[in-house]
Amino acid sequence: MSTPKKVFTKGNEAIAMAAINAGCHYYFGYPITPQNEIPEYMAMHLPAVGGEFLQAESEIASINMLIGAAATGVRAMTSSSGPGISLMQEGFSYFAGNELPAVVINMSRQGPGLGGINATQGDYFQSVKGGGHGDYKLIVLAPHTGQELYDLTIKAFELAEKYRILTLVLGDAILGQIKEPIVPWIPEYTGGDPDRDWVITGAKGREPRRITSLFLADGEMEKHNWHLQEKYDRIERDDVMVEEVDVEDAELVVVAFGTVARIVKSAIAQVREAGMKVGLVRPITLFPFPRQALLTLGGRTKKFLVAEMNTGQMVEDVRLSLPGDCQVDFYGRPGGSVPTPEDLVAVISENYSKIKTGK
Amino acid sequence: MKQVFKRPESMTDKSFHFCPGCHHGIVHRLVAEALDHFELREKTVGVASVGCSVFLYDYFAIDVIEAPHGRAAAVATGTKRVLKDHIVFTYQGDGDLAAIGTAEVIHAANRGDNITVIFVNNGIYGMTGGQMAPTTLLGQRSTTSPYGRDCNRDGYPIKMTEMLAALEGPSLVSRVAVNTPGNVKKARKVIRQAFQMQIEGKGFSFVEVLSTCPTNWGMTPQAANDRIAEEMIPYFPLGTLKQKDIVDVL
Repeated sequence: MSTPKKVFTKGNEAIAMAAINAGCHYYFGYPITPQNEIPEYMAMHLPAVGGEFLQAESEIASINMLIGAAATGVRAMTSSSGPGISLMQEGFSYFAGNELPAVVINMSRQGPGLGGINATQGDYFQSVKGGGHGDYKLIVLAPHTGQELYDLTIKAFELAEKYRILTLVLGDAILGQIKEPIVPWIPEYTGGDPDRDWVITGAKGREPRRITSLFLADGEMEKHNWHLQEKYDRIERDDVMVEEVDVEDAELVVVAFGTVARIVKSAIAQVREAGMKVGLVRPITLFPFPRQALLTLGGRTKKFLVAEMNTGQMVEDVRLSLPGDCQVDFYGRPGGSVPTPEDLVAVISENYSKIKTGK
Repeated sequence: MKQVFKRPESMTDKSFHFCPGCHHGIVHRLVAEALDHFELREKTVGVASVGCSVFLYDYFAIDVIEAPHGRAAAVATGTKRVLKDHIVFTYQGDGDLAAIGTAEVIHAANRGDNITVIFVNNGIYGMTGGQMAPTTLLGQRSTTSPYGRDCNRDGYPIKMTEMLAALEGPSLVSRVAVNTPGNVKKARKVIRQAFQMQIEGKGFSFVEVLSTCPTNWGMTPQAANDRIAEEMIPYFPLGTLKQKDIVDVL
């Protein structure tokens, strides 16, 4: 193998490139800013690999076309942003009930309503707490760099198949639009496990199969719900991803994901130079949430600061995860305002000085 | 003794749950006969919709995907784009196709997606207990039009066949009924033609089947059957409005 080659690319294009290299040959989507480079890249490049790009009449149609494709066992994907993701919530619920694997990208933008096209993390609740009807979870991955957009898109397909679950990659307008060098790579994929007993291929020489989420017989719906819950428990046990930076000696730990985590890294580098012992916990999987990592860390560090580009969403999960004697403060910037490293240096410094002055 | 009539191989031996006098059973059988005719059972994917038709998977001996309400055409589009050599059909009622799923069926038709749509129009929401459908006739009483459908409030019954026939994409657009033996024979032929269009890659084929709902119409099976001829066919005329050329193998 030759030396890995760097390419200079937009985040959205990194995702599309990763998807095709992961063997995703079916894409259905509807235009919405700030993720249009994904469908545009797919439209340009899928024909060359014998794949199908289809521009749907709505995000409702996109997600349902994805159901139809995913049911056949192939790797398939759609992408959108906030308003379009809202329209897909019905389909997400059916994906959960039907136990179908697929990947959805949300390059989120401000809301509520039509909002705006700048970056936000206001879709955290929608992503990890449901949004569609019923008792279900998605796997939610939160990349924070171009390379990670690429890597986690590939990971999303693998996790989706491992658990027969919809996996959401939650980015934002900055991650989608920023251009940076990445090293593309091609994972091993041979078309999926041939022994899967649920894929819809036509009942040739076997019993007919059905993809359904309807359970009317007495007790069957509860049984199905417990089966799904058991799956979510396994995901929480086996597939949590979290990055910890400088937490060993930290007296203050910042918790942030995605774009904000990246900015926090710059801020921490500055405050460390000034002698402040500050660390970062960056959840990479938002579901499963790194509860155990926080619980363990909360045994020795008592001050936490959660920073998000919203009015306080992930902070709830952080509070639920930490021991009761930890103090959790929040810094939020909603509506598309992106904090600068200096903003975060200021808020971190202020919180840190409170520890030192015993407040 | 020579057997002259039997259950199609594309059907299971499960008894229908449909109400007495409901036409779903006849339409199910006609679809199964078409699949048998072209030996398609093992390469067909059915897409069930929400409503009385959702139990399609109990009655057809084929792979079935259950679609969210109204979304069958989009689900079928996704499946067919992968399984290009397979036969994919949807089976949808009038609430599913002509109300909540109007956008999905119109755009699948307009793209000429190579799928077959069987549209069972009984002018009412059956499964949910008899509410007004977009195809409910003027003056017809339902649980949500208790004083009769009023065009000033509710608009007119929607004619999906006429709407879809106006598009370039479809290969076949037809309306049939199964209220008489003669109409059943005609419907059998048109449903076969619809699947033949798909086999030959001609694009989207659509068959609307006028159907009874004796329970929610509050009628005996006989009276419901008579109503098809007396009230429904005059408003929803039978016939093929659009058909691409195919070799007649029937």
